[in-house]
Amino acid sequence: MTTLTAYIDGIGLLGPGLIDWPSSQPILTGQHLYHSQKTILPPPELLASAERRRSGAAVKLTLAVGLEAVTAAGVDATTLPSVFSASGGDGDNCHAICEMLASDDRQISPTRFHNSVHNAASGYWSIATGAMTPASVLSGYDASFGAGLLEAMTQVVIDNTSTILLASDTRYPEPLNSARPISDALGISLVLSPVQTTQSLAKITISLSDAEANQMNNAELEQLRLSIPAGRGLPLLQAIAIQQSTHVVLDYLGNTRIAVDFTPC
Amino acid sequence: MNPLLLSHFTATSSIGQGLIPTLNALRQRYSGLHPCNFETVDLTTFIGEVAKVDNAVIPENLSHFDCRNNRLALLGLNQDGFADAVRNAIAEYGSQRVGVFMGTSTAGILQTEIAYRHRDPQTGALPADFIYRTTHNTFSVGDFTREYFGLTGPAVVVSSACSSSAKVFASARRMIDAGLIDAAIVGGVDSLCLTTLYGFNSLGLTSEKACRPFDTQRDGISVGEAAAFALLERPPARLKPDDILLLGVGESSDAYHMSSPHPEGLGAQMAMQQALTMARLQTGDIDYINLHGTATQSNDTAEGKAVNHLFGNTVPCSSTKGQTGHTLGAAGGLEAVICALALQHNFMPAGLNTEQLDPDLNLDYLLANRDQPLSYVLSNSFGFGGTNCSLIFGRASS
Repeated sequence: MTTLTAYIDGIGLLGPGLIDWPSSQPILTGQHLYHSQKTILPPPELLASAERRRSGAAVKLTLAVGLEAVTAAGVDATTLPSVFSASGGDGDNCHAICEMLASDDRQISPTRFHNSVHNAASGYWSIATGAMTPASVLSGYDASFGAGLLEAMTQVVIDNTSTILLASDTRYPEPLNSARPISDALGISLVLSPVQTTQSLAKITISLSDAEANQMNNAELEQLRLSIPAGRGLPLLQAIAIQQSTHVVLDYLGNTRIAVDFTPC
Repeated sequence: MNPLLLSHFTATSSIGQGLIPTLNALRQRYSGLHPCNFETVDLTTFIGEVAKVDNAVIPENLSHFDCRNNRLALLGLNQDGFADAVRNAIAEYGSQRVGVFMGTSTAGILQTEIAYRHRDPQTGALPADFIYRTTHNTFSVGDFTREYFGLTGPAVVVSSACSSSAKVFASARRMIDAGLIDAAIVGGVDSLCLTTLYGFNSLGLTSEKACRPFDTQRDGISVGEAAAFALLERPPARLKPDDILLLGVGESSDAYHMSSPHPEGLGAQMAMQQALTMARLQTGDIDYINLHGTATQSNDTAEGKAVNHLFGNTVPCSSTKGQTGHTLGAAGGLEAVICALALQHNFMPAGLNTEQLDPDLNLDYLLANRDQPLSYVLSNSFGFGGTNCSLIFGRASS
């Protein structure tokens, strides 16, 4: 069985009732009650004001969790290759374009068009941080978190580099939300390193598996896991919060799942 | 890097469906571009449309995937015995050991564009027969490919605009090297839709004529569509002389602007240099460069500067977008196949439609086809968001 090993050096988390990684840890361990509330997306301070104004939910969410993770890891974002994983691009922007294209005036705005690409958040991340490093921009529908984790782990192991995973999903407005319900915005970012550092929180070793995926004990957190693709990574974050050696299985593609052997540092 | 064998490959674009028609079209300097008559689009521009895409019939058990993008994928997969080669690889390695890495920019968004014209007047709801997951969603073409072959291993769609199906080679290389899979279906599928035609038009980036890469008068792209695939495997101990190997991949980000390249092509230079380094080659080893060459003012200027900075003006190069149009997320895959054909047939395709080469772009830009033995070629793909990817391919005999 093929396994891939990396160290987690920094974490970013933002979602419904989950404001950042430090305040979310006692929620994930069950020490604090989980209060569901709409995700609050901060303005992306790293961007120039014009770009900040034009940035949609996907950009705000991705930049927020990525910045939290690199700050926690104490690394310079310009040195990190990146893996962006999301089910789709910016939902509000897509809706606005489709509405215009269905109207008598199809002259969509240039900004809307360049923000419609799936790699908009990746582009803004590189502009905001100055990182000229490689960026992999992926989609796996509900398997997006697993696809991103696999890509990031192969970067760490094969290219022998630290990397940052930014898995984030945002919701569509109606009518697309009914066709693709995503309950709210949720982002998880991990800085991964090939070697243990002073910042390392945990060692993870992953492999493909057909074992059943772990669920969240808390019903509301389990609902988050299932209703937002990036939420499929929550059992891993729960293991990190609990800080005990364990084995976690994450949902990926149908019966193909990702097993994670977790050891705290 | 450990070289990877392109054990099978195929391409379907507006210049031909399959390798022989594609090679013949390149030799005959055929352009697949024609004035835009796609769907209800009322723009003065040219398109590179694949003939009879809608005749491709999605198998009944996969009918929920039915949309132009997946029809084009199906059409492409069934050229040149590619699907049979995939089935042979599955028989050899197992269904979990063959990965899927597809590039696309817009997947089947045309389906949603059309559905928005048929919303319920009272509720605004989309029509009941609209299926988002297997048409519009970015992953749909990867999901379709995985389901079509009954695969059970890793699958992903790379969607970094116009570098998408070049970057699939990078992701597949890492996963094969990591030992998670033994073979990878890599490729790109992008199909005509209103978002890209009206979108590039809104930016003033579509030409009213057939696109003219590297011409003084170049004024924009011609949007095209294509499906191109390669099967990547570790090379066997004995290779045939004209086997094609992936030797190097370079990736970078401009960190400059969402829809304009770095003016000096700095990110492009980094990608090309990294591909050379990974392939352990010098600039003088490269015999031909298939340029990204979209025919926008800014792309060709930045790319011309970047290529000149690294290679000077002695390496023959051309953009084949005058033939195929800019096939966006499929361009990297399509041009990888064109590079493979060039290597196997010792042939460099000319850039078409270009009348007056831009004297400021100091390159050996081919205006006529050239026959010459080739050992190593480089292909560039760049995209919105400042994403860059360069691939180096070589003949096994090199």
